[in-house]
Amino acid sequence: MTTTASTPAYDKSGEPLVRAVNVTKAFHGNQVLKGIDLSVNRGQVVVLLGPSGSGKTTFLRCINQLETIDGGRIWVDGDLMGYVDKGGTLHRLTDKAIAAQRRDIGMCFQRFNLFPHKTVLQNVMEAPTQVKGVSKDQARSRGLELLERVGLKDKPAAYPAQLSGGQQQRVAIARALAMDPKLMLFDEPTSALDPELVGEVLAVMKELAQSGMTMIVVTHEMGFAREVADEVVFMDGGVVVEQGPPDEVIVNPKQQRTKNFLRRMRQEEEQLAAATGHLALADIPLDDTTDDDVTVDPTRAIDDGGPDGAVPPTS
Amino acid sequence: MTTETSDRPGAIHARPVRHPGRWLAIVVIVVLVAMMISSLVTNPVWNFPRVFKVMNFNPVLNGLFKGTLIGTVGAMVIGVVLGVIMAVMRLSGNPVLRGVAFAYVWFFRSMPRYVLLIFCGSLGVLYAKLEIGIPFGPAFTSIDMNALSSSLAIGILGLGLSEAAYMAEIARAGILSVDKGQSEAAQALGMGPGKAMMRIILPQAMRVIVPPTGNETISMVKDTSLLSAVPITAELFYQAQTIGNRDFQIVPSLVAASLWYIIVCSILMVGQSYLERYFGRGFGTPSKKAKQELTKVAADH
Ligand SMILES: Nc1ncnc2c1ncn2[C@@H]1O[C@H](COP(=O)(O)OP(=O)(O)OP(=O)(O)O)[C@@H](O)[C@H]1O
Ligand SMILES: [Mg+2]
Repeated sequence: MTTTASTPAYDKSGEPLVRAVNVTKAFHGNQVLKGIDLSVNRGQVVVLLGPSGSGKTTFLRCINQLETIDGGRIWVDGDLMGYVDKGGTLHRLTDKAIAAQRRDIGMCFQRFNLFPHKTVLQNVMEAPTQVKGVSKDQARSRGLELLERVGLKDKPAAYPAQLSGGQQQRVAIARALAMDPKLMLFDEPTSALDPELVGEVLAVMKELAQSGMTMIVVTHEMGFAREVADEVVFMDGGVVVEQGPPDEVIVNPKQQRTKNFLRRMRQEEEQLAAATGHLALADIPLDDTTDDDVTVDPTRAIDDGGPDGAVPPTS
Repeated sequence: MTTETSDRPGAIHARPVRHPGRWLAIVVIVVLVAMMISSLVTNPVWNFPRVFKVMNFNPVLNGLFKGTLIGTVGAMVIGVVLGVIMAVMRLSGNPVLRGVAFAYVWFFRSMPRYVLLIFCGSLGVLYAKLEIGIPFGPAFTSIDMNALSSSLAIGILGLGLSEAAYMAEIARAGILSVDKGQSEAAQALGMGPGKAMMRIILPQAMRVIVPPTGNETISMVKDTSLLSAVPITAELFYQAQTIGNRDFQIVPSLVAASLWYIIVCSILMVGQSYLERYFGRGFGTPSKKAKQELTKVAADH
């Protein structure tokens, strides 16, 4: 549709689905992204890792234009996001054209962001009927299908407030899938969930990955990253520090910053497991008298003040 | 002491705490109410048979229907629609629209309704004819302002324009109360800003907008009595007062008008609680106590 002289028509299937080149973004002089390069092939699952404030969320939001970028280019399925290139000059797209570009990109948020005034099924039907003009009947049957896929067949009439966090996030996944996206973006989809609800959401995401969906996932779930990701990208301070297959980046990281981050992650996971009883169940001796041994030492908690000292201060 | 049939404590049959203060309050209130009733019954100036007669006089009913009911509905429709438009303009990225909305709210909030209505009635003096067309060019249609200037339409327009300024502030607060994640989720699904506003943001903002709008509507019922400033004579209070003055029976006429205002406002309060329940869906229904509180606030207004 927006093909121009500088982007000749070609068979796009061999190209990466997402191609980001030298993406930069600043908030009020705070340089958050400092030249991100990333390519994601069709059917690939990429996990973005990095300490708090490293720009993972910002980068994800740049891909579907929830944030405008200051420099670089992002292509999704061959379309330049947010702009049209007319003979070497970029022209900003209208709101309507940007909305059209977003239709093919599903996004799941940390806080779910379901529409609270609509039922589960209405949430899933909203975009197909309102944006794509799909008939109500068609959207309903497809919606029920998707709810079954995420394991919520029996909840179409519930309001989001009546669901657990894990159920809400699965509805949010179904809602995004209802638009038949080419690409799914996940921003820490399980970090707002109680630990016992994380698994059900990850299971849905894993199934989605196996079905061939292209996914970019920001998560701290190392197990998911190792099992599902084709590629792991470690970001810190607005740059990609290290990237590669999970067995390289997570198991044998080369960069010191990656190593530090992973060590901290591991400590946190152990503490969490101890606190929530994941390990404890197996470890608690049956003898009542040694119960105190499994309580968490409070002095061990929270030694994580934020990003590594390695991040240079921005001016 | 409760009887115990076994060694474990059973059901509790305790004596309640006594409230002598409540009984005292009841006695005082009963005495006061009795005094009031006796004065209403024994003082012939109240003249209740006359009150009910005035309430059913045709000009009074006509005034109730046109000035008060149609006036309220018309002014509130203009006020809500224009108010929401002003609120959306105020929050838009377009600095011109923002400025216009700000100026509108500033002007109409500063104008007393009474003065505004007199002004609306005088438009015919300023412009005998209102022509719609190309500036300095030919006109497409023209409206005779002299004929319009004392019609109910101009009064409704005046009240509606004034109301829109208040509704704009209420709607703005409502829109801002909706979590930013909602419009982001709508955008991420490919909805344009207009659709996201109409389908996602405004319906949720309504939960915050409806209660104060109910209060505004109830105020508007009472403010329609200002329509006589235009001057519009088909209006409840003007008619009741005129009949009272004509027949030298002022108090019964005042009571008749007051009773009508009370009846209309009471019906509106019931309708308001239904609307609140509708727009509160998915957020958990408010407790009965909270609803009673809201109704009380509405009555105070
Ligand atoms: N809208 C905004 N306005 C100003 N600063 C922002 C905005 N959004 C993000 N930032 C800043 O950008 C930096 C990166 O934020 P971002 O949310 O992308 O990090 P993140 O890697 O997702 O971190 P986390 O793991 O905590 O989610 C932070 O310093 C944040 O304060
Ligand atoms: Mg984030």
